[in-house]
Amino acid sequence: MKKNNLILYGTILILGLVAPFIFPGFKLQISFLWILIVLAMTWDVQGGQMGYNTFGNILFFGVGMYLCASVQIGMFFPLAEWTEAGGEKTFIHTPPQYFQGLLFGLILAGIIPAIVAGLIGYGILGLRGHYFAICTLGLGIAAGEIAGGIEIIGAGQGMTTPPWPKNIGDTELRSQFFYYICFALVIFTFLFLQWAYKTRFGLVLNAIRDNEDKAEAMGIYTMRYKIIGWMVSAFFVGIAGGLMGNMVGYIEPVEVAFAGPTFGVFMVLMAILGGKGTLWGPVVGATVFHLFKEGFWTFFLGWQYVALGVLIVVIVVFFPEGIMGWLREKFPERFGEIVDEADRKAQVELK
Amino acid sequence: MKIKNIIITFVSAIALVLSYSSISLAKVVGDKIILGAAVSLTGKYSTNGKHTQNGYNMAVERINSMGGVKVDGKTYKFDIIYYDDESNSGRAAQLAERLIKQDGVQYMLGPYSSGLTKAIAPVTEENKIPMVEANGASRSLFTKGYKYLFAVLSAANQYLEVAIDLAVEKNGGNPIKIAMAFEQDAFSQDVRIGVVEAAKRTGSKIIIDDKLPKELNDMAATLAKVKATKPDVLVVSGHSKGALTAIRQIAEMKVDVKMLAMTHCDASKLAKQHGKNSEYALCAAQWHKSLSYKDKFFGDGMKFDKDFNAQFGYAPPYQAAESAAALLVWKDAFERAKSLDKDKVRDALAKTDMQTFYGNIKFSPAGQNIAKPMVLFQVRCKGDSCENKVVAPTKWAAAKLVHPVPKWSER
Amino acid sequence: MPPKFWGHFFMDLLIFQAPILMVQASLDGILLGILFALIAYGMALQWGVMNIINIAQGELVIMGGYVAYFMYMMGIHPAFGIIVSPIIMYFVGWGLYKLVINKVVDRDLFISILATFGISILTQQLMNFIFGADVVVAQSNFGTTMFFDGMVTLPNSKIFAAIVSVVFAVGLVMYMRKSKLGRAIRATAQNARAAKILGVNTEKVYAATFGINAALCGVAGSLIAITFTLHPYVGLPYTVRSFMIVIIAGLGNLPGVALSGMGLGVFEEFADYILGTEFRIGSVFTLLVLILVYRRFKLSRKREYLK
Repeated sequence: MKKNNLILYGTILILGLVAPFIFPGFKLQISFLWILIVLAMTWDVQGGQMGYNTFGNILFFGVGMYLCASVQIGMFFPLAEWTEAGGEKTFIHTPPQYFQGLLFGLILAGIIPAIVAGLIGYGILGLRGHYFAICTLGLGIAAGEIAGGIEIIGAGQGMTTPPWPKNIGDTELRSQFFYYICFALVIFTFLFLQWAYKTRFGLVLNAIRDNEDKAEAMGIYTMRYKIIGWMVSAFFVGIAGGLMGNMVGYIEPVEVAFAGPTFGVFMVLMAILGGKGTLWGPVVGATVFHLFKEGFWTFFLGWQYVALGVLIVVIVVFFPEGIMGWLREKFPERFGEIVDEADRKAQVELK
Repeated sequence: MKIKNIIITFVSAIALVLSYSSISLAKVVGDKIILGAAVSLTGKYSTNGKHTQNGYNMAVERINSMGGVKVDGKTYKFDIIYYDDESNSGRAAQLAERLIKQDGVQYMLGPYSSGLTKAIAPVTEENKIPMVEANGASRSLFTKGYKYLFAVLSAANQYLEVAIDLAVEKNGGNPIKIAMAFEQDAFSQDVRIGVVEAAKRTGSKIIIDDKLPKELNDMAATLAKVKATKPDVLVVSGHSKGALTAIRQIAEMKVDVKMLAMTHCDASKLAKQHGKNSEYALCAAQWHKSLSYKDKFFGDGMKFDKDFNAQFGYAPPYQAAESAAALLVWKDAFERAKSLDKDKVRDALAKTDMQTFYGNIKFSPAGQNIAKPMVLFQVRCKGDSCENKVVAPTKWAAAKLVHPVPKWSER
Repeated sequence: MPPKFWGHFFMDLLIFQAPILMVQASLDGILLGILFALIAYGMALQWGVMNIINIAQGELVIMGGYVAYFMYMMGIHPAFGIIVSPIIMYFVGWGLYKLVINKVVDRDLFISILATFGISILTQQLMNFIFGADVVVAQSNFGTTMFFDGMVTLPNSKIFAAIVSVVFAVGLVMYMRKSKLGRAIRATAQNARAAKILGVNTEKVYAATFGINAALCGVAGSLIAITFTLHPYVGLPYTVRSFMIVIIAGLGNLPGVALSGMGLGVFEEFADYILGTEFRIGSVFTLLVLILVYRRFKLSRKREYLK
């Protein structure tokens, strides 16, 4: 098993590293894919592993995005003037300024949302089931609306992120740069979560999913673990947000930053499509989803949402356990389950 | 579970096909010059996205049928690759990258709305792809030093400055009290800046300054504030939905204001939908069919209006007109550059100085069209049928401005 | 503090300086809230009976609105939409149930959210295709009622909308009490399996419930056509408001739905005056979050949680 894993990981790593050179035109698309995978994986920490379906992780995405951009700009120039509605002034970052700003911006984009998660976690994570889902949905919407009213970050007009410094290479370099950072993020997130799920933390999360009251009765401080889980998700989602803001170039509160109806729902769909509660599920789900979506947008222009809607309904109705779940049923041996042949034959198909 | 298997096979097949699709059209294919455009075919801007696309398409057809584009002895036809940006800025930026990187487009046409243009501009600028845009009026597009952005329309802040000046004039030159409600997007906020500056210039006071959320359906609160504070001018800008909501609720709440100035009256078909209730509303427009500009492709405004109506079944709002003009600018630039090289074409664009049925076009170094003034028209009704009549600038006025607007009790 | 802040502050006080505006705000809020409550009522119905949260609720409303709009375009007064629209929408709802919803009824609530999300984006684009992308309105020409020397104005279309909403809501409650189908629905809501054993055709009940919800949305849509605007993509706010109202009222609490609806409406209007129009919607959602968190803390004292 181990050897297979190594080959698998190695292949993916190499593919990921050389992709920008094999498919130069698709760099941005694949960078988005990495971001989507991060979103799906972190959602799964709450949704799949813990059983708390959240619609509000987008809150951290937006906070991270705004923070990163604000730090990038605010470190060197007065933020209020950059975002001033008339946009009269332009400020140019020198390369060192740009990269310093980006570095600090991304660090803060990870830390601050994690702190936010820690602060509000106690209140919000006390809710269960659909109340939790709706409350987090409300959080996401409220954040978008409120951000749309705050002048210093551009209010409804949004803000632009600092452009790539002109004298160090062209757009190819920029795309490559962000591609590798996104790739690094996704690898780091994956490895971190893979490790985390193997520890007690992972077991507690699953215990909460299976029966929270019993877990509590056994003496586990579920709230502590719930909050930590949320903070972990917030950290990675925040960084992802910061990166996305820089790649898109223009931050709009409801559509780009706190993009509930798009990324917020997609992260759920991708995890479910791939199989929630598994490590690879969200990865597979995100990849398949992204492929389909881009395909629909190219070939079914004018009908793309109809196609996407049908896809969603099909996923949800026929594959609620996702691709990984379906594979698990078909090939249980691959997943380490041992199936008694007599049991298998005795199984009656329930219609 | 057979149906599941069928679905899986079908789906995997599609996935495989999709993953091999890397269309990489060159900038020119055969005798076609390919332009790229992301427009809002779905989402909240779909109304005007459609107007934009219709304008682009009509111009492409007209130019192609009248001899095409002659570059360096060869004749080319225009063709446009469209993507739907879903009225979403993130998506628009992504599509711009895709058009440039994957589809190999070297010449871009703008999207609908300032917000989306603001999202795409950094992409085209970084990739040094010239873009002629016709629907992004935000002034902030022209202050960032973009060299590859060219806007055929007048900047947003000019929209309602004229209205404020007119109001002051009718007030005997004295400062006035202004109430305004603007939607929270790039374009509307820029119109607001124009009004704020005009207010400062004339010493007028802004007594209500409401920022309408995008999903807002109901302006009753804002209008109640207006009734309580009795301003001289009420300015409302909220795209088509805002215009329709405002007129409806102003009529229902019987809000009496001496001057009502708005945007998007024609795009929302205000006069047709609200009839008499929309009478006396002052509207900012980039263009009106009665203006006397002309060119050899569309004739004059009246002819464009007739042809557009015949082809698409409705009268063209200015969004369609300015979109059509964008193609005329491209053709002119290609022919003057005598080359398909994007940088040479970019330089030719910068030197544009032409008249189109839509208006005069000449670009400032920042890419802004500085040769075309905004137009104000007022909705006037005969019985139940209402029309837009140009009232400013006086050179083209087809009717005299009615000011102050008669009270509801007298209508 | 920069001058801009004070200007805003001045406007914040306007409602206290001109108290008559409080009357306007309250009435506006109540009328608005009643209309939203109608949509919420349908949402609560299918949530309680079938355990489904319908994200496509707003799209059903808009569809109903377009029915009224087409009647208006054909020369019929759109107010008659409140009769025609629910009939057409009932069948739309029934059809949707048979096609998709019946496969998600006995599953996780969460699954229904995703499935109906898929339906909602699908419907939006279909409507864009069929009805066109224009923002449209239907005219009722009902006039305006004025109080206090014109300072408080209420469009009669909104009053009509509120009255119609109340009539339908009350009518529905009575239907549920008295009619056979109504009792079957209530039985299924209480315990589906038991109802099935006792001879209730739960499949029919579910289809009818979804149809009734769609019909209610149809009524609401017709009212919206004459009071606001219609566009294929403006359905989402109605969806979100309606389940917000249901959540705040608490599932199963039907009179609560009406009160929550009105309460939220009034809150929103006052928030517009005091906090400013740009924070109007944000404050409503912040209120939702606060209410839920407050409830959670109250319950946690008793070591319980919200179900």
